Amino acid sequence: MSKIIVENLVKIFGDHPARALKMLQEGKSKEEILKTTKHTVGVYNVSFQVEAGETFVLMGLSGSGKSTLLRCLNRLIEPTSGRVLIDGEDITGMDENKLREIRRKKLGMVFQRFALFPHRTVVDNVAYGLEIQGINKEERLEKARRVLEVVGLKEWENSMPNQLSGGMQQRVGLARALASDPDILLMDEAFSALDPLIRKGMQDELLALQASLNKTIIFVTHDLDEALKIGDRIALMKDGAIIQIGTPEEILTNPANEYVEKFVEDVDISKVLTAEGVMKKPDVVATTKDGPRTALRRMKENGISSIFVLSRDRQLVGLVMAEDALQAIEEHKETLEDIIIRDTPRVAPETPLTDLIPMVAGARYPIAVVDEQNFLKGIIVRGSVLAGMVRKGENKQGAA
Amino acid sequence: MLPKIPIGYWVDLLVRWATDNLTPLFNAIVLVIDSIVSTFGFILMTPPAWIIIILSLPLVWFLAGRKTAIGTALGLLLIYDLGIWEPSMNTLAMVISATIVALITGIPLGIWTARSDTVHKVVMPILDFMQTMPPFVYLIPAVFFFDIGTVPGLVATVVFAMPPAIRLTGLGIRQVPVELVEAAEAFGSTPAQKLVKVQLPVAMPTIMAGVNQCIMLSLSMVVIAAMIGAGGLGSEVLRGIQRLDVPTGFEGGLAIVIIAIILDRITQSFTT
Repeated sequence: MSKIIVENLVKIFGDHPARALKMLQEGKSKEEILKTTKHTVGVYNVSFQVEAGETFVLMGLSGSGKSTLLRCLNRLIEPTSGRVLIDGEDITGMDENKLREIRRKKLGMVFQRFALFPHRTVVDNVAYGLEIQGINKEERLEKARRVLEVVGLKEWENSMPNQLSGGMQQRVGLARALASDPDILLMDEAFSALDPLIRKGMQDELLALQASLNKTIIFVTHDLDEALKIGDRIALMKDGAIIQIGTPEEILTNPANEYVEKFVEDVDISKVLTAEGVMKKPDVVATTKDGPRTALRRMKENGISSIFVLSRDRQLVGLVMAEDALQAIEEHKETLEDIIIRDTPRVAPETPLTDLIPMVAGARYPIAVVDEQNFLKGIIVRGSVLAGMVRKGENKQGAA
Repeated sequence: MLPKIPIGYWVDLLVRWATDNLTPLFNAIVLVIDSIVSTFGFILMTPPAWIIIILSLPLVWFLAGRKTAIGTALGLLLIYDLGIWEPSMNTLAMVISATIVALITGIPLGIWTARSDTVHKVVMPILDFMQTMPPFVYLIPAVFFFDIGTVPGLVATVVFAMPPAIRLTGLGIRQVPVELVEAAEAFGSTPAQKLVKVQLPVAMPTIMAGVNQCIMLSLSMVVIAAMIGAGGLGSEVLRGIQRLDVPTGFEGGLAIVIIAIILDRITQSFTT
């Protein structure tokens, strides 16, 4: 079961959305609806699912409906039609009390302009969510202090928000959202109001926090670099509709249309592509029970000069070069045991391309991509890195 | 010739109907206002002047700081010296009573206008009307409903002083940044929690500006209300006018100014 399921969500702004909704269902465009009914479509028939522990980014320019969509998830904005399910419960049909309970227990929210309560101290801001749940003072302050420690602001607990810098204020905002330990964090342009250096630091902090907390995060941003850095998956929005949903790599290497392409064209692809994205599938391998003849034949058939050797339980043992295999045959050896090169370079699937390039440039052997269990996931040769980098360029020319 | 539309006549009918039919309501109002103003009158006028002056020092110091406290004590001393202590305390008691009643009705009304656009649309033109109507006009129905004396004077004062409390409370709450309201809602506040823990505290400086205005208007109206027998410093000034008695008129006016400054300084210290 997905943590959050959004089905055919529509938000129409205006006093009488019924007619506009009907037109929308008839497949009329946003412009037509605005022209005939004077109603603005904020969110246009959006569906997606978010898994538990996933960081899901809603990205788009201002006015694309991303913040509206986010507010529909906790009904700060009332959706016109469609459903939002959180842990299988339909939020949209809920009465006030039930909704309040969900907001208190399951949803934390972080705002663009921090939205700290100016009349409360830092620790009282963080404890707000607990306070309105009726948790007694001692307990809520203790919890709030613990969360403040996590975001590194413990010694500021008695300051007023306006005494803090922007980055610190947003850390208080994050702490406030985390204080009641919700499963889901809604982050609305959380870092957009910060200057670039601090923004980068906050992104890193969020990633580090997320690694230990494992929340489900919906993150709204207009900044593509931020989306690519933070998001497990990204939904690209335009005019209230989602144009493409995919992993950062999918969005970059396989843009759904010209708009997405325009959006992504300035990205330094080597920072985003990973070993997994450029590796070849390890179709041709030898095993430790194969002899040199079998290994050599496989290499010849596939026109390669080296082959990876796996153990019986499919773990990577090493690499055999064609010329070594040939020599072993001449020496009448029965196994590959003596000629396996065991110290071949290995990388994890998530290694970024920027780290791979120097390795590939200096390597005498192909690079093995292995997971934590040492299973061979893929092979990287010089060609595949280049191919990965130009693939996007080709797509762009094809579309132009 | 255009026939005259008998608006004045209609209002007169309405006022007569009200006097005939709403007597229990008016009696209740009289009871409430009378008990409030007698309480404050008793507190301010029973002890001798020097006790009030001495007690004012720590009280005002605590509320508004040292400078205001010293100024207050000196001002009160001057009033005592002028021999108009009693009417001054009478006026002060009336101002405090009128302000309390105006705030008790005005602030909730202001909150209501902030929460409902319909109420806002209905109440605002009424406030405009109330504020532009010359204050003397309020005295006429007040006399009709409540006879002459302190209570009708206070009723007119409350009506006259309430608009800024309503307006500035509503304005203050409407000016609370949207994101703060969203934050309160997003964490699961009930409407009451949102109001008490976020909207009212954030709007407090604006609301206090309304309270300040309310007190100042009360003071000016309480003086005018002397015309229908409300008593206090207004009577001094009125006597000065009627007898062309410059010293009496001026000294009464000076005492009003002193009380105005004291009340203004104290409430302004809450605004910031």
